[in-house]
Amino acid sequence: MAAPEQERVASAAPRDDCQIRVEGVRKRFGKLEVLKDISLTVRRGEVVVIMGPSGSGKTTLIRCMNFLEEPDEGRVSVCGLEVQCGNEHRGRNRARRIRDIRLRAGMVFQQFNLFPHMTALGNVIEGPMTVRGMSRSQAVTLGERLLARVGLSDKRDEYPSRLSGGQKQRVAIARSLAMEPEVVLFDEPTSALDPELHEEVLQAMRELAREGMTMVVVTHEVRFAREVADRVLFMDGGVILEEAPPREFFSRPKHPRARAFLRLVEHAPAEASEGLTVVPSAVGAAVPLLPPSAGGLA
Amino acid sequence: MDLLNRALPLLGEGLVVTLFLGLTAFGIGCVAGLALALMRLSSARPLRTLAIAYVSVFRGTPMLVQILLIYFGLPQFGIIIEPIPSAVLALSLNAAGYLSENFRAGIVAVEKGQREAANAIGMSYWQALRRVILPQAVRMAMPSVGNRFIALMKDTSLASVITVVELTRVAERVGSATFRYMEMFMIVAVVYWMVNTVLSLGQESLERRMARAY
Repeated sequence: MAAPEQERVASAAPRDDCQIRVEGVRKRFGKLEVLKDISLTVRRGEVVVIMGPSGSGKTTLIRCMNFLEEPDEGRVSVCGLEVQCGNEHRGRNRARRIRDIRLRAGMVFQQFNLFPHMTALGNVIEGPMTVRGMSRSQAVTLGERLLARVGLSDKRDEYPSRLSGGQKQRVAIARSLAMEPEVVLFDEPTSALDPELHEEVLQAMRELAREGMTMVVVTHEVRFAREVADRVLFMDGGVILEEAPPREFFSRPKHPRARAFLRLVEHAPAEASEGLTVVPSAVGAAVPLLPPSAGGLA
Repeated sequence: MDLLNRALPLLGEGLVVTLFLGLTAFGIGCVAGLALALMRLSSARPLRTLAIAYVSVFRGTPMLVQILLIYFGLPQFGIIIEPIPSAVLALSLNAAGYLSENFRAGIVAVEKGQREAANAIGMSYWQALRRVILPQAVRMAMPSVGNRFIALMKDTSLASVITVVELTRVAERVGSATFRYMEMFMIVAVVYWMVNTVLSLGQESLERRMARAY
């Protein structure tokens, strides 16, 4: 079952440099227009960080890339698989194509979303076995290798309820890598973690970037963006306001709203980083051990 | 004691029929109930409406009336069903209505992120359901499903009105032959109680085992 799948996949994906292309994407929730005509491309091997205050549409944008959110208009193509958005394009072929996209673009969630009824290893091998039809022994070998890679070999047989947040997120990273994706989408991977647990997750992400993985990362982690990103996109109000290499973006942000946002993220306690409005309930979680990191809420 | 000795073989047979009715109806009810729950949660409106109507009818009318309709009513349309199949049918249809609500509650209680995570690794609707959603939903629905099972075991006594010789019918028969109604109904009451005690113990240990697995 696995082999024909991969053959078909390989032939369908032209080897060009562009991994993700988003064109003219719009999305509204009721009356609120969350994404207003967004276009962007991500090249192979590139690490793109998306920043912006809460409600800016960054999470919706990244969720549109693997169709956990269905854009109302526009086009999304991932690894050469293009999907037209909008109701008139729905159909069986399209659903297949979206599943193919999801096989190439892994996702790591803010809330981990590990399967609570499976062990750490079980979580990692679930996709290869159920979706790819890999044999159990092969999947276990792969799963053990991936758990070792995120430093969790000794947690192999633990259920998620017995893991710390940071460990959970590292298992989640291993789980997404088990599908051998070409792109990994990170949706605020450290935002649900206590500050002292950010670093272990960021470390795993840095290694992934070093190995050349194409990554799209929604995050408030300024230091991570500085060190790892090739490009930073700044979003607010459903549009991309600024796009620049991190050095340029963090030292000379052009847009006034980007400047205001960076002042809050870099210098204020973490509760302010979530948005330009201060969220009082987050004050308790606001002791950043790693200076520029930003805790806070979704 | 003499009465007990005389009634014992009949009680044994009655118990077998009662257990058969309860277990079969529970099995069929679970499968049909799950299907109804999925219809109820489906995005296709006709399926949803059908499931809602079904539950409304089968929960909103007395089980006894349902049994009588199937056994005495259907023959008017030329559909004649034997007593035991009639009872199984009525009990299953009724159980499906209730169980579908239990399953639906369980499925809805599974976090939204679970389906998203399953979809994000490329699982189809059915794969996500089988591997991720249902294992968690069943755990959460377990207490209410167990209650329904126990209630169903007691509902099997309604089959006695359509001449099915299960426990209650046995008590009635032996009672009328010996005029020892008090003793006979006490005896079957105790038998029902013992069956359900075993069931609830089983349910408890199952719930404990499932709780441990997380």
